[in-house]
Amino acid sequence: MMTAERIDSALLEKYEAVIGIECHVELKTVSKMFCGCPNEFGGEPNTKVCPVCLALPGALPVPNAKAIEHMIRAGLAFGATIPEHSKFDRKNYFYPDMPKNYQISQYDMPLTVGGVVRYWLEDGRRGECRLTRIHLEEDTGKSTHAGSADGRLAGSTSSLVDFNRAGVPLMECVSEPDIRSADEAVAYLETLARTFRELGVSDVKMEEGSLRCDANVSIRLRGAPEYGTKAEIKNMNSFRSVRRAIESEIRRQIQVVEGGGRVIQETRGWDEAAGETHSQRSKEQAHDYRYFPDPDLVPLDVTADMVERVRTTLPPTPYERYVRYVDEYGIDVKRATQLVDDHELSAWFDRAVSAASGNAKAVVAFVLGDLSRLANESATHLAHGKVTPESLAELVALTSSNAINSKAAKQVLETLWNDGGSAKTIVEREGLAQVSDRGAVETIVAEVLAANPDAVSSYKAGKTNVLGFLTGQVMKQSRGKANPALAQELLKEKLGS
Amino acid sequence: MDPIRDSARAIAREVNARRTSAAEVAEALIPHAAAADARVGAYLQLTPELMRERARRVDERIAAGETLPLAGVPVALKDNMCVEGTRTTAGSKILESFVAPYTSTAVRRLLDAGALPVGKTNLDEFAMGSSGENSALGLTRNPYDLDRVPGGSSAGSAAAVGGFTATLSLGSDTGGSIREPAAFCNVVGFKPTYGRVSRYGLIAFASSLDQIGPFARTVEEAALAYDVIAGKDPLDATSVEREVEPAADHLREDLRGVRVGIVAEFGLDKLDAASRASYEAAYAELERLGAELVDVSLPTADYGLATYYLIAPAECSSNLARFDGVRYGLRADAPDVGEMYERTREAGFGAEVKRRILIGTYALSSGYYDAYYLKAQKARTRIAEDFARAFERCDVIVSPAASSPAFRFNAKSDPVTMYLMDYYTIPGSLAGLPSLSVPCAPAVPEDGTRPMPMGLQMTTPLFTERALLGYAHAYERATRYAETVPLPAAEIVSHASTGSA
Amino acid sequence: MPTDRIDIRHVARLARLALSDEEIATFGPQLSSLMTHVDALARLDTANVPATAQVVPSRNVQREDALRPETMLTREQALANAPQTQGPYFRVPRILAEEG
Repeated sequence: MMTAERIDSALLEKYEAVIGIECHVELKTVSKMFCGCPNEFGGEPNTKVCPVCLALPGALPVPNAKAIEHMIRAGLAFGATIPEHSKFDRKNYFYPDMPKNYQISQYDMPLTVGGVVRYWLEDGRRGECRLTRIHLEEDTGKSTHAGSADGRLAGSTSSLVDFNRAGVPLMECVSEPDIRSADEAVAYLETLARTFRELGVSDVKMEEGSLRCDANVSIRLRGAPEYGTKAEIKNMNSFRSVRRAIESEIRRQIQVVEGGGRVIQETRGWDEAAGETHSQRSKEQAHDYRYFPDPDLVPLDVTADMVERVRTTLPPTPYERYVRYVDEYGIDVKRATQLVDDHELSAWFDRAVSAASGNAKAVVAFVLGDLSRLANESATHLAHGKVTPESLAELVALTSSNAINSKAAKQVLETLWNDGGSAKTIVEREGLAQVSDRGAVETIVAEVLAANPDAVSSYKAGKTNVLGFLTGQVMKQSRGKANPALAQELLKEKLGS
Repeated sequence: MDPIRDSARAIAREVNARRTSAAEVAEALIPHAAAADARVGAYLQLTPELMRERARRVDERIAAGETLPLAGVPVALKDNMCVEGTRTTAGSKILESFVAPYTSTAVRRLLDAGALPVGKTNLDEFAMGSSGENSALGLTRNPYDLDRVPGGSSAGSAAAVGGFTATLSLGSDTGGSIREPAAFCNVVGFKPTYGRVSRYGLIAFASSLDQIGPFARTVEEAALAYDVIAGKDPLDATSVEREVEPAADHLREDLRGVRVGIVAEFGLDKLDAASRASYEAAYAELERLGAELVDVSLPTADYGLATYYLIAPAECSSNLARFDGVRYGLRADAPDVGEMYERTREAGFGAEVKRRILIGTYALSSGYYDAYYLKAQKARTRIAEDFARAFERCDVIVSPAASSPAFRFNAKSDPVTMYLMDYYTIPGSLAGLPSLSVPCAPAVPEDGTRPMPMGLQMTTPLFTERALLGYAHAYERATRYAETVPLPAAEIVSHASTGSA
Repeated sequence: MPTDRIDIRHVARLARLALSDEEIATFGPQLSSLMTHVDALARLDTANVPATAQVVPSRNVQREDALRPETMLTREQALANAPQTQGPYFRVPRILAEEG
């Protein structure tokens, strides 16, 4: 029997995966979605509850305005349409950690429709995935299972429920089936996560379960136009498990098809420990959620004004910054990704670039080079140090106008890092201005040539590499201030004559 | 001062003036209610401790110089409204032991205004019913004929005020649950515009229809209670942000220049002879008071019942999903959660509640939603539009409040026959309109020999509560029918009131 | 408009309501009779008529994102009505399958 591990690359090449992703992201608010209880992770069980989130008889929901604004912000960041009319619906099903036995969600009129998530992969390839919609809903409580091994549901004898999370606002992002591999799926999710963090709509703390996702996976012969039958994979709790689960599911489906079988439409759970998915529920057992407009709530109208107000406060997206770093500034993928993901650093960096009148490459050289080294050595975040974006820009201006040479620049930067202040002042105070005066450098050149007759003979005998030595001597003699390019030019001139 | 027979205004005036105290009112009511209610059964639970505690609080506030609009007024509360620390059952076995940890907004406003809670009143389970017979926890009788139903679903709240064990009470009306029992129990029952009174803390039946309102022995007292409980509540997203025009001090004495609409589709030929005579007399009386009677049409009125019996059950099927044995209420033993749900709900809900949950679940289920639920929502739009058109021609629409006077217990065993009792009240509920029932000429039921109370329904456009109460007041002042029906429980009332005087 | 007899067992399963055979025998005809009554709605023209979910004209009723500690319950209050608890938790019998 063929095992998943033994599927060779030829088979993987023969098929193409088609993947769509639904992910739930916890919104960052002070209070819950429909009541005034705190939206905070953890805490003593059943202490962050009120009649509303415990679904006591008679309690009523009132929507959180901030959560709605977050949704609009998230949608706009991906170019989604914000429909004028939206509403909340009830999704009816029973589960012990769902207090009302219906979830307030959005069915046919979500707050945001469409949009595109553009992402990049570790190898620098780029991709995009269309969004179907993003809708707003509420989280459930949390069950812990007792009486089974490792607290798993299977084999448990009872469950314990904590409703602290019940009613926490969630946005559900539903993608089109535009993703073709596990790597793309992870890249897509990482971009969603970094964008939501950037927008301030979510902290996306994976370890606290604030991003959870399901994937619809199908396979088809590469190049085939029609989709295969999909399986829905649930219970993936980290980017790593998303990658493993999707890879495992693709292999499983190839195995089924190659073995002459048919993939059936079903829900499959990812078993992290076993490293495989297992069937949970077939299509025939699918739920009838009986969605209908929540009669406890009134319609949501989003005005053009409101959309514009949010739009004007949108920062550039991480993807836009990434593209700028790589395409315009020539930063490599890994460093660009690090920069994008370090919000403070990239904000500091962008300010420096703008202060340096767009001389980004020079800023990049300092930031990724000496400045990063200095920050590392003193274990201080670069943006928390004494070097301001403006003082770095000043330093960039001094080097690019040849007012100081690179050696002096290093020295100025160290002084800035240790003491702060202005680059210009440091250059003046320490007399580091580069000597570009032809006469002054000529004098030094003449002295150096006179003091090193052996080198001069070697050069004339064809050993032109002594030029470096001689240039070094000129720099030394000038205590580092001579313009090295000018020094070399004059040396060549004298030696050649 | 007679704390049992006097009006809410009279009691509040005496207590505010410190000629009597809230504590004295409470001490008079506590033994009286216990004795007088023994035969009527309006209450599921009397709350003497809470009443005394509130009375102390009222007396302190008055001593501190406050004036309270309902100072010392004894009130009864339908037991689908949460009152902190009090058992709140909705008349259901599934909530028989539930003690509410919070207080509903309408009750809080009433108590803050100085009212004293006599007790929690019986109701059709989860407010589903038109006779009061669907309570799982008690039997309420009509104080005007103990062999007859009090009407429902606010059975106890109507019977308490009608039977003089409370001066005012709160009920809730979804398709007629205030107006119909008010008609049966000889009291005024007033359902304000949907959204006027907060539903926070009212155990939901059908969220888009449920509305809390008062029962009183006079229109003025109902207006007084309305003025206190109405207004925006930040805890209820469907409560309306719109200034409440106080009504109690702006009532009218005549109907000069008022156009009263008589609905063609509500022809009185559907009623028995005695009932018909009562309404014919009522319409004539309105004309005598200066009103102009105009014919109006509600072409979709006959679709009201069908529309209502899709929308209300659909909402209730979802609203009642929370009664699952996990966090509160009844739990049946079972080996797993799924069976626990099914057995708990089987044991906890009565037949009518189960029927409506089944209808509603069906109407929302895959494949039927458009044909049933969505169709009903569209029909609802048409019904509301019909009312809007009718109100272009009249200021108030009048009709019977119920299809008959109070009937005998077990007279209507077929659900659909029972549902027809709400034929007149349901269309206005679907349109969200303010509507009330005020006593009109008593009529001898077909199956009886003594006259029973009857109710005239009046309905006006959205948010016109003040005008509506004014019309009803003018009619009531001119007729005083409420005072003409003999009350069998009267000897208890007079005994207790003499005792306290 | 569909007029099929209601599959009561299926509907009861959706509603998580166990029904006795007796109840099924009683409710079946009652619900069918009611649905027949309701079928009259098919005669009402609702082409191009918008659906009414709420009669009040309100829109966008929202609350500020702020805590309301006065509405919160202590754990003792939260658990006070629970049929079964274990420590700080609500306890339920075993769950057979994930849902949602």
